Amino acid sequence: MSTLIEGLFNGISIGSVLLIAALGLAIVFGLMGVINLAHGELMMLGAYATFVVQNVFKPLGEPWFSFYIIAAIPVAFIVSAIFGLILERGAIRFLYGRPLETLLATWGVSLILQQFVRSVNWLLIICLGIFCLLFFGGMQLLKSRADWESMRTKIVSLLLPLAAGVAIAFYFLLSQNSALTNAWFSARNVDVTAPAWLRGGVEVLGFQMPYARLFIIALTILCLMGVYWFLQRSAWGLRIRSVTQNRTMSSCLGIPTAKVDALTFALGSGLAGIAGCAVSLLGSVGPNTGQNYIIDTFMVVVVGGVGNLLGAVIAALGIGILNYLIGSGTLALFLTTISAPQSMIDFFLFFATSSMAKVMVFALIIIFLQIKPAGLFPQKGRTAEL
Amino acid sequence: MSQLGRRKFLLYSSTGVLASLLLKGCADAGGGDTAANTEAATTETAAADGIKVGILHSLSGTMAISETTVVDAEMMAIDEINAAGGLLGKQIIPIQEDGASDWSTFAEKAAKLIDQDKVVTVFGCWTSASRKAVLPVFESKNHMLWYPVQYEGQECSKNVFYTGAAPNQQIEPAVDWLLENKGKEFFLVGSDYVFPRTANTVIKEQLAANGGTVVGEDYLPLGDTEVTSIITKIRVALPDGGVIFNSLNGDTNVAFFKQMQGAGLSPEQYPVMSVSVAEEEVKQIGPEYLQGHYAAWNYFQTVESPQNDKFVTAFKSKYGEDRVTNDPMEAAYIMVYLWKQAVEQAGTTDLEPVRAAAVGQKFAAPEGQVTMQPNHHISKTVRIGEVREDGLFDIVWSTEGPLEPVPWNQYVKETKGFACDWTDPNKGGKYKAA
Amino acid sequence: MNNETGIAIKKKQQRNKLIETGTIIALVIIFAVILPAVIPAFRLRLIGRFLSLAIVALGIDLIWGYTGLLSLGHGIFFALGGYALAMHLNLQLPEGQLPEFFTLYGVEELPWVWQPFYSFPLTILALIIIPGIVAGLIGYLVFRNRIKGVYFSILTQAALLVFFNFFNGQQEIINGTNGLKTDTERIFGVLVSSPGVQRAFYIVTVISLILIYLLCRWLTSGRFGRLLKAIRDDETRVRFSGYDPTGYKVLVFAISGAIAGIAGALYTVQTGIITPSIMQVAFSIEMVIWVAVGGRGTLIGAIIGTMLVRLAQTFLSESFPEIWLFFQGALFLIVVTVLPDGIVGWWTSYGWHKSRSLLGLQPKLATYPSLVEDPELQQERETIAKK
Repeated sequence: MSTLIEGLFNGISIGSVLLIAALGLAIVFGLMGVINLAHGELMMLGAYATFVVQNVFKPLGEPWFSFYIIAAIPVAFIVSAIFGLILERGAIRFLYGRPLETLLATWGVSLILQQFVRSVNWLLIICLGIFCLLFFGGMQLLKSRADWESMRTKIVSLLLPLAAGVAIAFYFLLSQNSALTNAWFSARNVDVTAPAWLRGGVEVLGFQMPYARLFIIALTILCLMGVYWFLQRSAWGLRIRSVTQNRTMSSCLGIPTAKVDALTFALGSGLAGIAGCAVSLLGSVGPNTGQNYIIDTFMVVVVGGVGNLLGAVIAALGIGILNYLIGSGTLALFLTTISAPQSMIDFFLFFATSSMAKVMVFALIIIFLQIKPAGLFPQKGRTAEL
Repeated sequence: MSQLGRRKFLLYSSTGVLASLLLKGCADAGGGDTAANTEAATTETAAADGIKVGILHSLSGTMAISETTVVDAEMMAIDEINAAGGLLGKQIIPIQEDGASDWSTFAEKAAKLIDQDKVVTVFGCWTSASRKAVLPVFESKNHMLWYPVQYEGQECSKNVFYTGAAPNQQIEPAVDWLLENKGKEFFLVGSDYVFPRTANTVIKEQLAANGGTVVGEDYLPLGDTEVTSIITKIRVALPDGGVIFNSLNGDTNVAFFKQMQGAGLSPEQYPVMSVSVAEEEVKQIGPEYLQGHYAAWNYFQTVESPQNDKFVTAFKSKYGEDRVTNDPMEAAYIMVYLWKQAVEQAGTTDLEPVRAAAVGQKFAAPEGQVTMQPNHHISKTVRIGEVREDGLFDIVWSTEGPLEPVPWNQYVKETKGFACDWTDPNKGGKYKAA
Repeated sequence: MNNETGIAIKKKQQRNKLIETGTIIALVIIFAVILPAVIPAFRLRLIGRFLSLAIVALGIDLIWGYTGLLSLGHGIFFALGGYALAMHLNLQLPEGQLPEFFTLYGVEELPWVWQPFYSFPLTILALIIIPGIVAGLIGYLVFRNRIKGVYFSILTQAALLVFFNFFNGQQEIINGTNGLKTDTERIFGVLVSSPGVQRAFYIVTVISLILIYLLCRWLTSGRFGRLLKAIRDDETRVRFSGYDPTGYKVLVFAISGAIAGIAGALYTVQTGIITPSIMQVAFSIEMVIWVAVGGRGTLIGAIIGTMLVRLAQTFLSESFPEIWLFFQGALFLIVVTVLPDGIVGWWTSYGWHKSRSLLGLQPKLATYPSLVEDPELQQERETIAKK
């Protein structure tokens, strides 16, 4: 009995990490059809935001410090959502309807973000600030001119090197100042320490449920409910759903589809930020943090089916429990107790390591897709596609 | 329409180039406290007559986390030597290459350093895989590599000098100490690559010989952060507590210790002995999670010696008060000095005389006296430390003096009885001793 | 189409063919004869590696540029080819001896998977066939269910991860993370890293590149090629026209996998080592960007793109290691948003004419230049022509 509950709990806790990480992805992919390979990096930003909040709270001392994680969640959400918004406005909106190109572009973004957290320092921020101010400010100023459209390319090609030149000049002027050039995070990992009340765990039926895991499960449920409420009960949720169903018609009816796109993407990115905050309680926070999650989360979305939150939930829990049962050898152990054939036990023992469990789960996913190619809950439609 | 297309293209490509330049400038500044500064220094002094040495580590990718710290130590040693008047009256010019955490890139860059830059020696590598990848390059060109990290042994190349610990200078004493003080039942956890796997093979043989048992072992993919199933396995295999021998690398350690604590595996009941967790890693994991666990190294920042005080002070004043020193950094620092002494004794930077002169070099290192042995490894003091609240180690045990290195493992059947001696042309890398 | 224009088109085609053969011959002379003579050996080795990467880029172009299947898992096939050849080289030992690394793990008998690789012809066959079969199998399982688009991409990526984990974890069979080294092994009794052998491999690479180029050329030009393009542009319509796209997709994916296998083998011997890290996610995506930079759907673009990106990477990461990721990321973004047809696409659609006119070679004019070149009049003519 205790083994069963432990297995279930551990499976669910693995699944809930997968789910919270995949939730944002499911929304962006499901509602907009955009494959966001930078999703992991948005999680990483959320984790770094948690780190920053932790350091801000540190000097405040107890009892404030204990609750930094509560403050970190909205901060992580906002930071990632803002980056997501910039990403959508800056690149992805030009690529709607071209999913493969989006995939490549977001991969490029993920590379940039990784290097960005490695090298970011005040000087870099100042340089970028100056550049943006000159370039976008100049554009805004000149936009009022009557012949703007015809002058556009000329102005841009003039402003761009100018702004960049000034920014680079500033860099060289200030580069001697070591206070400005010290990297914020550097390439090394940073430590996020869970507050005391999230360390340790509660004893249930002879095994310990870690508080951090319980916290993540609760957070996942909260996020799920929040997303459900937002999509089903709020006005913007209604708009998002209508755009998903029929973009052209929604546009005709006066729904600002561009705004809806931006909002959806920001929401998905923000959820990635919360996920980053959650995984910082379990693992390391470093430039590569996001990379570890990206494929697993995509598997969740693929198995769950597009545009269906319930599918994602079931898929995440299923993959989590399977991963745990196979990887920890519980399945092999169980088969021994019911005296299953030896060959079967050996088979599962072979896969009872963390690396091999992944191999097995992937094989199962492929088999599953032979039966249900479009995931658990396929989108119903009358097209010849799928 | 096409007119516009071209303009757009020119525009965006120039944006790209400019943005890269901009970012580059700032990125340089970011890495300024570590390595990138030397770029400028290199080009300035390149005109002057100097001694070129190669530094080959990952500055990007997964391994950058660890390897950049080693680069810091190497650069500090080189700067110290240069400030003290250089070597043979010349300045040392370090040439950095980025192995990018990719083993074939390591091989490519090693060839570049030797063939194009004509360096007289290379300091570099961290992972065994990267060392194995560059080994053929150094052997085929009969060149010289200095390698600063503890490794799994079972190798003894004429072209490599190993200044990290051989297994008998880290793993074996740690296992003996655990057997004596902590228990007989071991669970082995490691990352899924060669060092942990080989180390664990050795440990199993050693335990079998000394009355311990291995109750389980598991390997995690590098970078994996989901360790729940391993923790379950530990609890099933060791219901009443026991020793965990941890050779996990990098990120996974963070997840492992955080989740160990969450699952209620306390250091009193389940002491963890780590062989890849040093001061730098403790800082990243958070001392709260590690307090009371153990690590085995040759050097800790808390070693008490005048040489270490000098080393730590110099390092902190160069790179910042919040930085810590650790074993691989110290080994990297030592190797630059050992090479310098060998060059001074040989009176030249030519490879063969330096190689001959290197053997027998002694250096008063922060960890204590070290000596380069004929098998191209160095004798080192072994220490075991317990993590304390501030993230540094309390040294709970250490050997009396330096321990002789044994590259070919004496517990493994295939290599039992083999030794290595490069000073005797009849013996070489692997000969049957006695 | 009247007769005259038909002849004109034929003539143009013939001229284009001549130009193409000429370019190929010129390139062969440059790469196979001139380059080895002028540049240092280790740089030549580098170029040899780039050329073998260009081969895999051709394979990717075949499936992505022509068939519209974006594979993010070509590292698998690349690695399989590389491992096949490396295993053969590692077995060039005196009778009864095992490759050295086996002793580290206490393996005393050669695993059965190694047995076929004693024979050189079998190895050559295997390094083409095995990746081909694996690709075909993956392709069949995926395409059979009409899974396509991004789903296919994600699944290939996941497959890549699985293969990576598998190769990484199996130390007793293929030496895990350390991989297999080839430099210190022998081929036909000669050391692989010796200059002669390396030069031979270089020449073999150039020849294979050309042969595979011609193969892809042949595949993409005829009926088969038109069908591939049709699948890319509208698969449903192809299905409704009575074709079953699955078979064609599996076939072309298998061919592409086999090409990657050849490339992997050539790359391995010129690198000196093959490790599972070749199956990292980033490397496989990078392959796609070579094709995108050069111009997908143009075979020559795949080759040019690979060479340019790899050269830039070598140069940039040598001088500024930190900047490379920024640059690579920017490259992805720029190529996708501004240059969707790549360099070659841009050149054929615009650059060629522009450089002609820059050189003073005006396009052939019928009447007064001002009338022909006036954009307004041009537009008018177009509208009239449309009517």
